[in-house]
Amino acid sequence: MLMRCGPGCHCPSPSPSNLIPKRVTSKESCQATDGKHRQSQKMIHSLFLINCSGDIFLEKHWKSVVSQSVCDYFFEAQEKAIDVENVPPVISTPHHYLISIYRDKIFFVSVIQTEVPPLFVIEFLHRVADTFQDYFGECSETAIKDNVVIVYELLEEMLDNGFPLATESNILKELIKPPTILRSVVNSITGSSNVGDTLPTGQLSNIPWRRAGVKYTNNEAYFDVIEEIDAIIDKSGSTVFAEIQGVIDSCIKLSGMPDLSLSFMNPRLLDDVSFHPCIRFKRWESERVLSFIPPDGNFRLISYRVSSQNLVAIPVYVKHMISFKENSSSGRFDVTIGPKQNMGKTVEGVVMTVHMPKAVLNMNLTATQGSYTFDPVTKVLTWDVGKITPQKLPNLKGIVNLQSGAPKPEENPSLNIQFKIQQLAISGLKVNRLDMYGEKYKPFKGVKYITKAGKFQVRT
Amino acid sequence: MLESSKDSAKLDAMKRIVGMIAKGKNASELFPAVVKNVASKNIEIKKLVYVYLMRYAEEQQDLALLSISTFQRALKDPNQLIRASALRVLSSIRVPIIVPIMMLAIKEASSDLSPYVRKNAAHAIQKLYSLDPEQKEMLIEVIEKLLKDRSTLVAGSVVMAFEEVCPDRIDLIHKNYRKLCNLLVDVEEWGQVVIIHMLTRYARTQFVSPWKTDDDVVEEYNENNFYESDGEQKEKDRNVKKTYTMDPDHRLLLRNTKPLLQSRNAAVVMAVAQLYWHLAPKSEAGIVSKSLVRLLRSNREVQYIVLQNIATMSIQRKGMFEPYLKSFYVRSTDPTMIKTLKLEILTNLANEANISTLLREFQTYVKSQDKQFAAATIQAIGRCATNITEVTDTCLNGLVCLLSNRDETVVAESVVVIKKLLQTQPAHHGEIIKHMAKLLDNITVPVARASILWLIGEYCERVPKIAPDVLRKTAKSFTNEDDLVKLQILNLGAKLYLTNSKQTKLLTQYVLNLGKYDQSYDIRDRTRFIRQLIVPNEKSGALSKYAKKIFLAQKPAPLLESPFKDRDHFQLGTLSHTLNSRATGYLELSDWPDVAPDPAVRNVEVAESAKEWTAILGKTKKEKPTEKFYSESEEEEDESASTGATESESGSESEKEDKEEGSSDESSGSSSSSEESSDSESDSKESTAKKTSGAVKESNAEESKKKAKGISKNRNTSSSSDTESSSSEGSSSDSKSVSDSRSDSDSGKSGSATSSKKEEKTAQDRKTPSKQDVFLLDLDDFYPVTTPVAVPTAAVLSPSLTADLEGLSLSGSSVIDVTTQVFVPTKTHEMLHRMTGKGLSAHYHFSRQPDMFGDHMVPVQVTVTNTTDQKIENIHIGEKKLPLGMRIHEFNPIECLEPGGSVTVSMGIDFCDSTQTASFQLCTKDDHFNVNIQPPVGELLLPVTMSEKDFKKEQGMLTGMNETSATIAVAPQNSTSLVIIEKVVKAANLGVVPSGQDNIHRFAAKTVHSGSLMLVTVELKESSTAQLIINTEKTVIGSVLLRELKPVLSQG
Repeated sequence: MLMRCGPGCHCPSPSPSNLIPKRVTSKESCQATDGKHRQSQKMIHSLFLINCSGDIFLEKHWKSVVSQSVCDYFFEAQEKAIDVENVPPVISTPHHYLISIYRDKIFFVSVIQTEVPPLFVIEFLHRVADTFQDYFGECSETAIKDNVVIVYELLEEMLDNGFPLATESNILKELIKPPTILRSVVNSITGSSNVGDTLPTGQLSNIPWRRAGVKYTNNEAYFDVIEEIDAIIDKSGSTVFAEIQGVIDSCIKLSGMPDLSLSFMNPRLLDDVSFHPCIRFKRWESERVLSFIPPDGNFRLISYRVSSQNLVAIPVYVKHMISFKENSSSGRFDVTIGPKQNMGKTVEGVVMTVHMPKAVLNMNLTATQGSYTFDPVTKVLTWDVGKITPQKLPNLKGIVNLQSGAPKPEENPSLNIQFKIQQLAISGLKVNRLDMYGEKYKPFKGVKYITKAGKFQVRT
Repeated sequence: MLESSKDSAKLDAMKRIVGMIAKGKNASELFPAVVKNVASKNIEIKKLVYVYLMRYAEEQQDLALLSISTFQRALKDPNQLIRASALRVLSSIRVPIIVPIMMLAIKEASSDLSPYVRKNAAHAIQKLYSLDPEQKEMLIEVIEKLLKDRSTLVAGSVVMAFEEVCPDRIDLIHKNYRKLCNLLVDVEEWGQVVIIHMLTRYARTQFVSPWKTDDDVVEEYNENNFYESDGEQKEKDRNVKKTYTMDPDHRLLLRNTKPLLQSRNAAVVMAVAQLYWHLAPKSEAGIVSKSLVRLLRSNREVQYIVLQNIATMSIQRKGMFEPYLKSFYVRSTDPTMIKTLKLEILTNLANEANISTLLREFQTYVKSQDKQFAAATIQAIGRCATNITEVTDTCLNGLVCLLSNRDETVVAESVVVIKKLLQTQPAHHGEIIKHMAKLLDNITVPVARASILWLIGEYCERVPKIAPDVLRKTAKSFTNEDDLVKLQILNLGAKLYLTNSKQTKLLTQYVLNLGKYDQSYDIRDRTRFIRQLIVPNEKSGALSKYAKKIFLAQKPAPLLESPFKDRDHFQLGTLSHTLNSRATGYLELSDWPDVAPDPAVRNVEVAESAKEWTAILGKTKKEKPTEKFYSESEEEEDESASTGATESESGSESEKEDKEEGSSDESSGSSSSSEESSDSESDSKESTAKKTSGAVKESNAEESKKKAKGISKNRNTSSSSDTESSSSEGSSSDSKSVSDSRSDSDSGKSGSATSSKKEEKTAQDRKTPSKQDVFLLDLDDFYPVTTPVAVPTAAVLSPSLTADLEGLSLSGSSVIDVTTQVFVPTKTHEMLHRMTGKGLSAHYHFSRQPDMFGDHMVPVQVTVTNTTDQKIENIHIGEKKLPLGMRIHEFNPIECLEPGGSVTVSMGIDFCDSTQTASFQLCTKDDHFNVNIQPPVGELLLPVTMSEKDFKKEQGMLTGMNETSATIAVAPQNSTSLVIIEKVVKAANLGVVPSGQDNIHRFAAKTVHSGSLMLVTVELKESSTAQLIINTEKTVIGSVLLRELKPVLSQG
């Protein structure tokens, strides 16, 4: 179905022109047609950023230019997939391979010419998105368009000839200063630039994640132990699958070169751990102590999984009664959420989302607590419950209106629950102490525990 | 605006231009105006001009040349950032004319002092290569040079360049293999991925398969009994298989990649996983599954790739992922592609034990709103049903129930799956067929209709009443059917005609007539073909006699297989694997070689230094060193002998012969982990007594080969097992391997008279075993704490070997690298006597573990013992009275110490390079004691390795004031090299420097706090005197060290 260009031509062959004719401009599509691309070219060739409506709003090439028309294959795949979630991350075209990620309503589509570990590219693209997030506060189309020069400078530093060069945010920030209102004012007056002219010290040292000469008046180190419960609860309320995944996010503002070691009361709980590169692996292996020279600012210290032998305490229960009547265009909906085994802490921030079957037209419900919305287009019911008080259990009850004539949905929708419990790590993990070496001052230390629902699903 | 004199205006203009480029608009007309600004002083303008140049230089080659001189100037800039970026831009301008300039720039940059510039040079290699492949040879030279680079910064990039330019030049890797393995942990994450993939390919060509043993064990065992008296050849073969030991280098790779499973970067984890999958023994590959399952928490894209790889893995080795079965349960919110992949894996993992839970889970999925997924689930059920016979009936019943489902796709899919199932179970399923025939009225999906028709046709004898009726109905609707269905109607007609021609003759002919005039040529063809076959007429050939056989032959049941079945020939984690088709540039993973290529290629440097070593020892070499490398061409004996001489050997050959000789040599392990000593022992047996402790590796030449055959074999195994053990454990290995070797030698004692002699020697060579035991205990609490790159060495291991294995510093350019301790002293010092400590006693010793608590700390191990009969609680360090600048890294408080118990903890003290005592309080819950630690000067040092040349150079710079020397009388028993080295490293934490002269011994170290070099030279003179020279900036420490070393050498 697709036409191939002549042999030796490495231009992306234009996709069937009847599909998306406007994007194929013959001039562009044959730019790269000189015969010197015989041999392989590694890694990431070009990057296109595409928004949800299918406009390419940024392109960057690290080698010779690849025409935009290569994205037509991507659009084709997108069309086929219907849902954005289902666009395959790896697409093969006659001359290129497209590896894409979807983040914050933007597709990052990279063009690859040769064999490369796909995860390599995916991981890198996510790192790019993370960096944008870090620099601009959000990774949105407008933010990128507004800061296109910084975006370009960043991409230039992050990738050289398609191979990642500097991806640590600390290093990048020394090379290219993030935009602030104050700085842009100063720059416009003094004409100074926001590009650093010295090589970041981190790049050369063996601790590339930390920049030198950090100074704070208040020296603080905060650790957030965040645990998420992933669970599948079946119809009868028994747990099909439950697991605790945790992370420790840190915010460290310490002067100089502090050497920290963090120990746990019960390190055995941690089953599978992945580390920020700053952590000394050997020390963990032998003593179960996290010893590290931290990066400056916010970063994820570790993520872990709690060993599966431990039974997971499920902090909430859900009573549900959802039924659709045969041969009538209505159904009943009745859900109650209650607290369970939460160690005396309150369950807050409870939100329930339900993807209702397509046949559902509308819902007439009453909530005893919180508020609910139903989007008739996406068929998503959202019930924002808030805090659960055991005295008065929140309940949502009412009538479901179905499309008349449509067959009764045979499956009840599953309920996705979110919640949050402050000051509790559900696994029981506890930080024992934090010690600092290498610097003389006394830092302010803090540890916070939060338990959240991860992928928490109740089948009905 | 670009012409403006103001920088701000220019900057503004450039920003707009970059904005245009970003949107994909053409800005090439501005080229001349932009290129002028390349020499701008403003760094931001400069950068943006670079961006512009890289984009358009190719189109405007002539104009681009204008900018070249600026870059050439910038390449000489003192600022490394500017040098590097100039090189980057220069190499990114794809203008063929400047190839020579680029080549020159790359060559220069590859020997730049800054590793950052060298890294950029490695990147430039790829760019130049893609611009002009003619330069390949020259570029390979540069790559070769850069591969030798020890900076972690460079390693990843140069391997990338290697992969791109000359992936087939595996010979370039040999010498750098161990270095790369050791550096791996410290390379940045992207480099790690590339290096791991390269090493995977490398290992596949260099090592023998570790998998054979797993499969062949049982079989061999039986063979053993049968072929007892058979010819040698067979025995040899058998032994090759049986005595597989992993090459230590292979082991090194596996060990060094394992920590990377903990990486936060999914690509790294996947790379390690595929490495283990392709290289590790099957029993070890399992460790990767946990990490892979962890990645499933990540983004949708990462999940997708990881699941694909798991799917492939789970086909071959179910066991790996079985414990994680539930992690693959599907959530209704997963995207469809993730759901189907998870389903695939669940199906692969299904077995008798878990099938019932799985089927329950599948029941939920079938009801899913996502119909595509529901259909996939039905297929999955079908596959489970065929694979696990116990549940076939259950599944079939379940599927039949689904036939009454309201959704058409679900029903259709069920029909197709049932058809396949029935075919595999050609028993009595008449009921189901009848049921399905009824369904035919309602189902519209062509595949399903076709399947039903086929089933009825195939089993028409079982449903004789219904079949003709079905044909009648379909004949009516023939013209409206899909092609697929029409073909099946024709088939059905033909089959009925053959079995039941009475009832269906007319009907069939009617159908055939309809088919004759069908629009589709396929159907017309089929019609003609069938008519000729079944309808007898005068022209019909011999075939029509067999029509019945043709149509109603037993058809083989289709195999329900995983779509991932055929993917395993691609390397996991690659693009080709994901796409299931060869991507351009995919490098095939070769099969394991039957016989490993000579592993000696990886340690050429070591062999050279071994030469030096023998020179030191003053032993005559019996043959030229080149003879070592005969191995390939000569007889196997020779190979085993010569390869045994080099440091790390396993190789099936040596093992094979070992067995051939029939020598049951458990004693092999009895030598210490130091090969030098093991060599020396066997040598002493083998030839003459004049070699008392020499380590002449080359000596096992042909002449001694014959008579010493058995022994040399012993030695081979011993060296292999030793290196393996010594390199496989953490720093404790030297103590561990001693214990191993002792137990080994016990068993071997009876076997050979010499082994007892050996044992004595071992003991003498090292320390007394009892001492070791104590030490071992200490280390047990503690052992894996080492620097990431540290590989332990034995007491008297060749220094250059040490250097090769671990002398790899984290930072780049320096040639002087800190190594691990050469020797760990066992002497403990008393800190707190139990009388003064009210029953609490404490001892300390210096563990010489580098880099535990940060740069300036001297690690100290404190053993606290409770000699009272009560618990002592909360032992910790209290008030410290330290001289200025001194710091203590406290140990973690001991919560409770049982009566009679003892605990070893480690602490770090920064002595600031002085021998002043560190005083502090050791506190218990209700008491505190003042204690002191005073370091011997030898413990304030960190050993370093350097070459003799560097040593001399450094020494030259530290003369005059910085030199102290003394002449000492050396006791006669101390005059051999080994003893001198041992004594000196025992007294002070020094690294041994290889020396070309055998009467001069050199040691190097740097001070822990300030990092000043400390160079020690011992020169043996006539009449048992020696000159002891110490060169250091820290003259005080130098003279103290001199004072301490003097008695060490003069006493016996």
